[in-house]
Order: sequence, then structure tokens, then C-alpha cells
Amino acid sequence: MSLFQQLIAFFEDSSIADAIRENDLLFPLIESVHVVAICLVVGSILVLDLRLLGFASLDRPVGRLTSAVLPLTWSAFIVAACSGFLLFMSHATKYLANGYFITKMALIGAAGLNMIVFHAVAARDLPKWEARRLPPPRVRVAGALSVLLWIAVVACGRWIGFTMEELQ
Amino acid sequence: MEALLITFSKWLASTEFSHTIQSVTWIIPTLQTIHILCVAIVFSSAVLVNLRIFRLFERDQPLGAVTRRFLSPIWPVLLILLLTGSLLIIGEPRRSLVNTTFYIKMSLLLIAIVLTALLQRTVLASPGFFEKRQTAIRALATVSILVWSGILFAGRWIAYTQAG
Repeated sequence: MSLFQQLIAFFEDSSIADAIRENDLLFPLIESVHVVAICLVVGSILVLDLRLLGFASLDRPVGRLTSAVLPLTWSAFIVAACSGFLLFMSHATKYLANGYFITKMALIGAAGLNMIVFHAVAARDLPKWEARRLPPPRVRVAGALSVLLWIAVVACGRWIGFTMEELQ
Repeated sequence: MEALLITFSKWLASTEFSHTIQSVTWIIPTLQTIHILCVAIVFSSAVLVNLRIFRLFERDQPLGAVTRRFLSPIWPVLLILLLTGSLLIIGEPRRSLVNTTFYIKMSLLLIAIVLTALLQRTVLASPGFFEKRQTAIRALATVSILVWSGILFAGRWIAYTQAG
């Protein structure tokens, strides 16, 4: 068994994973927390993306809006990641065999990468354009990419539920 | 009453429109995805305005401006929620119409709509009203977020409480 498989088995065989599988309320409860957190992650990121695209919050400088919204985004992301990991633990092997789950993880990675690239490259001259109602094209591309990636993340999340029968 | 709902659900499920939604496999997950994305917009907007009420978001902006930016777009998005939600019911009538959780969700939604409209109207019509009533507006914000969260929980729970 590879180290990765051992690690997966360790989580899946843990008493926490067992409790989530066995208890009728625990799985839907964690799932509900996961949905609330994902909604806040996606909704708050959309606020920023719509600003980057020049569609909304046009009177707010990008930097200021970002620092106002991101604390909510990151807090919600931590809750979404933790609750998501608990759900994953309970049926780890099945999730890893599910294409939509793997795609969802890859898309979240891509959304993160898009954000890092945006901060590193596009936002270097932020003070020059942040007050403009319509940011430069490269910024709008980053915003559009982010919107599409997060829509795809939510879609994959929903499709996981339809391709793993016993999870509803 | 329940017998009536079961009969109605059976009839609805037997319509051709419902058959289409049931048999084309991508329709229900797509509707659910649009539904959740709209929930994300409405819920995040409500949370941001309520964070502003607690002075945890855009303190440098007047509450009226934040409310206008975030609460006004809620209403058209709610219409999309109503539409996708209705289509989901037509596709799987028994899943929600014969399910107590669904009615809890709808009751909470009604409360959330009243609270949100009340907040929006008051803040926009008389900006000074809540200045001296910080406790009142914070209570309203807290209750509103709890009710919205309840809607999201109930929404997920519908899948677990559907009749056989």
C-alpha cells in the first residue's frame, strides 16, 4: 500500500469517519454547514469579480473592496474546507473514485492559482487603475475566469451528489 | 390534506413536462446548480449588509449605500430562485410537496423576505431611523441571518426527509 493509500485508510477507518457514516444526523448536518460556507465563499468572491469586470461596486476602489470582503471569504473557506474534509473522510475511497470530486478539487486549485497570478501580476500596478470604473482587460479576464471557475466548482459539487448513489 | 397533496403530486409527476425534467438526466442537477448559485448571491448579500450593521464591513460607507448596493439585487435573484425551485418541484413533486421540511423552508423564506424588505425600506426611506436604535437593528440583523441560514439548512435537509 502506498503512503497515500495508507493515509486515506487512516482517515476513513478513524472513529470520526465512522461516526459520520453511522449517525443519521451528522452527515446532513455537516453537509448543511458546507453549503452555507460554500455559498459565502462563492457569493463574496462574486462581489469582487463583478467589481473586476466593471459590473458592480464601481464607486469602490478595488483594493478597498478586496480588503473589506476577503476576511469573510477566507473565514468561510476555512469552514467549507474543514466541513468538506469531514464529509470526504466518511467515504474517502468512493470520493477519490468519483470524477466530479477530482474535477472539483482541481477547479478549486485553478481558482486559487488564478487568484495568486492576479495578485502577483495583474494587481502589481493596482494603485494606477483601482479607482477606475472599468479595470484593464487583463484584470477583467482574471475576474471572468474566477466567475466561471467557481460556477464550475458548484456544478461539480452538485454532480457528486448524483453520481454517488448512497449519499443522495 | 396530505392525501390531497399526494394526489396532486402524482398528477403533476404524470404530466409530460414533469416527465421531461425527470428523464433528461442533466436537467435536475443543472437547475440545482443555478438554484445554489442564486442562494449564494442572496445569502452573501444579506450577510454583507448585516456585517455592515455590526460595523464589520465597509464602515466608511453609509448603511444606506451598502444596503442599496447589496439588498436591491436580491429581488430579481429571488425570482430566478422561485423559477428554478418551481421547476425542481414539477420534476420531483413528492420530494418537496409531501415533505414537512419543505414547508418549514417556505415559512422561513416568508419571514426572511419580510425582514429583508423591512430593513431595506426603513434604511432607505428614513436613513436616521436606526441611528439611535442600534440594539433594534442589530437584533433584526441577527434574526435575519439565523432565518437565512435556516433556509439553507432546510434546503439541504429536504433530500433527507422525502417520503419513501
